[in-house]
Amino acid sequence: MLTTKVMLTGNEAVARGAWEAGVGLGIGYPGTPSTEILEALSLKDGPEVCWAVNEKVALEEAYGAAVGGLRAIVTMKHVGLNVAADPLFITAYLGVNGGLVIAAADDPGMHSSQNEQDNRWYALHAKVPMLEPADSEECLRFTKLAFELSERYDVPILLRLVTRTSHAGGLVLLNEEMKYSRIKRDYVPSPRYVTLPGNSRARKKVLERNLAAIVEDESVQTLDLMEITSPEVGIITSGASYNYVKEVFGDSCSVLKLGLVYPLNVNRIREFAGMVRELVVVEELDPYLENNIKAMGIRCEGKKYITSFYELNPQIVAASLANTTLNIPFPSAGSRAEPAAPGPLPGVPARPALLCAGCPHRGFFYMAKKAKLMMTGDIGCYSLGAMPPLEAFEASICMGGGYTMAQGLSLTVPEGQKVFGVMGDSTFFHSGITGALEGIYNGRAFVPVVLDNRITAMTGHQQNPGTGRMMNGAPTLMQEPAVLFKAMGYDPVMQVGAYDLDAIRSAIQTAKMASGKAAIVVKAPCRLIRGVEGGSRRAVHQNQCQDCRLCLRLGCPAISLGEDGKPVIDALSCFGCGICQQVCRHESIYEVAEVRS
Amino acid sequence: MIRETRTIMLDGVGGQGIIMASKILIDGLIQADYDVKSSEVHGMAQRGGSVITQLRYGDRVYSSLVGEGAVDVLFAMEKLEAMRYAHFLKKDGLLLMNEMEIPPASVLTGESSYPGDINERLGALPVKFFPIAAEAKARELGNVRVMNVIMAGALIKLIGLADDLDWSAVVTAAVKPQYKELNLEAFRSGMELVRHSRPQVLVCNR
Repeated sequence: MLTTKVMLTGNEAVARGAWEAGVGLGIGYPGTPSTEILEALSLKDGPEVCWAVNEKVALEEAYGAAVGGLRAIVTMKHVGLNVAADPLFITAYLGVNGGLVIAAADDPGMHSSQNEQDNRWYALHAKVPMLEPADSEECLRFTKLAFELSERYDVPILLRLVTRTSHAGGLVLLNEEMKYSRIKRDYVPSPRYVTLPGNSRARKKVLERNLAAIVEDESVQTLDLMEITSPEVGIITSGASYNYVKEVFGDSCSVLKLGLVYPLNVNRIREFAGMVRELVVVEELDPYLENNIKAMGIRCEGKKYITSFYELNPQIVAASLANTTLNIPFPSAGSRAEPAAPGPLPGVPARPALLCAGCPHRGFFYMAKKAKLMMTGDIGCYSLGAMPPLEAFEASICMGGGYTMAQGLSLTVPEGQKVFGVMGDSTFFHSGITGALEGIYNGRAFVPVVLDNRITAMTGHQQNPGTGRMMNGAPTLMQEPAVLFKAMGYDPVMQVGAYDLDAIRSAIQTAKMASGKAAIVVKAPCRLIRGVEGGSRRAVHQNQCQDCRLCLRLGCPAISLGEDGKPVIDALSCFGCGICQQVCRHESIYEVAEVRS
Repeated sequence: MIRETRTIMLDGVGGQGIIMASKILIDGLIQADYDVKSSEVHGMAQRGGSVITQLRYGDRVYSSLVGEGAVDVLFAMEKLEAMRYAHFLKKDGLLLMNEMEIPPASVLTGESSYPGDINERLGALPVKFFPIAAEAKARELGNVRVMNVIMAGALIKLIGLADDLDWSAVVTAAVKPQYKELNLEAFRSGMELVRHSRPQVLVCNR
């Protein structure tokens, strides 16, 4: 067997595992930190790989493929599972045919997320077995096995990832001679796939039987690691937390690492507990293992020591267990080395994420703030429109919520005032359309706006129904939000260029005054898309500038305050969008006539 | 001999080439038969925010990251980012800093100012501080983008990382063929920039 040692991220390893398992369909919706699973899978020959319009759609499609006999993997970020929760709960009852694996990536510490929900509870709640790998090698192995388990026990399998498994690189041995071989089981039509109460009553018994059986499965047993090295303290842990425990304690205390985190292997945990004097649970976020272990009647402590806030790391684990009555030696003093400084150095200005120079979202946000619109926003690059100096919208909750929250708010404002809701194109297709329809149906004083940059930008430029391309680049019908608005009954539907501030101003004004239901589409492609060309760069006439600093209120990273206190435009980072020139009241910003390299 | 696990943390601003620098280091460490793990933060960091990557190598590496006060080497592509994460270093750790300033938004708009005393403040920490003019060197070579490879060359030389390895071959394999010569020159000039510095032995983990 010809093998090579390569570094793969957890996401790449999950993709490789699915490919080795002969997966027929990979489908999901982009979301940090899960996005690169499908991107890696799409580079491999064999499976059908695509972005769905949202996570619920993705899971339902994957379920259909699985019922038909294919192996399918669905990917999403943690909050994506909220969107896909409806089919998740039911597929567990109905059972699968081909293996169905749902890879959902949590984001402890909220690096790029709105919350840090602990998705292990979903496994318990939906009765879907969950595997939790700790590193890239396990990501590959667990994913591959997950398909077999799904078929053997007739349930979907959840694969729980976190940022530090998805975006962590680790060494993996790959069999270079392996070929893709698509698995296809026979499809046998059966009433079991129909969710009627009678079927579901029968299926629930089957599900409980399968859940009891999977714990006893021989290959599942190999996912757990029981390392008995000391009779004093035993630590129960799983996933990335295991790495932190081993980093700090090495072999100085006994460790039970659980690979299957739902259903829990009660006998295994009891056996381990019987071999140590004190039991500690080290887990990130919620006391999921701890509460379940306590419910088994086993004495243990977890959150008494380990914080339930944000991510863990070896230093946090070491510090949490250092000053306790626990009898644990700390062999690896490195995890408690003396720091160079007691804490962050003071006086370091923050470097928050920003809309890029030339971002097509900027002009609308600037004009919306000027018009003092009451507006709710959504999830994407344009979430940054809430940041100073633009501060264009006041609230945002979740994908699609930008339209519907606005409608609720509209019931609280004075008669005649309208509330605007803003989201990007991909979010509009994901879950904005239903909210827009609601606005027509219930006649809300609401104006939907799409900032259509023709790409799913924040997660790194994925195709969506508005780009006219599928994930593999094949052409498909290019959806236009304006056409959909018209079909629903919006009138007038105004489509304006993203860099034309006059047109944006008049669209906002028209929408505020319209007796009908107005909608606005602000359009220009994301400037980071390959091939999108900027205009000629702008510069400031230093002697003409009146120093009113209006241009600085655009929050454009190309514009800064120069040495003499007047704004200057950086020649390298200016994209030439020209909105600063439109904002300037003293005609002090001009086009520089030159050929762009 | 057991090779203790070491941690290199790379930080800077999106677009400064941290991913490429860490790829060169990782490829070399794998060839030198180390176990290697890395950890990156993606997502919102791509929109002009801070970017952080950690690399850990040794005979057996469990965790892909460490917390504050536990990093052996901080490889900072930008001065403010060097200061932002300096407290991640261990006492006596090594701080390699690119002498480059990229003002954040609050500085651009005049709400705050870019600290003028970064080198003095970092120099006062109990760390081995090596500010180098990688950006200026890259401009001299005709392409500012190779400052990451200059920094990588300086780091490898400075800590004697896998010093029996043919790092030039690693760099060649990591870059696009048409930029091979430029990057090799950048790599060599990075090594040259720290030629007069004594090779640094990293603080031991135990």
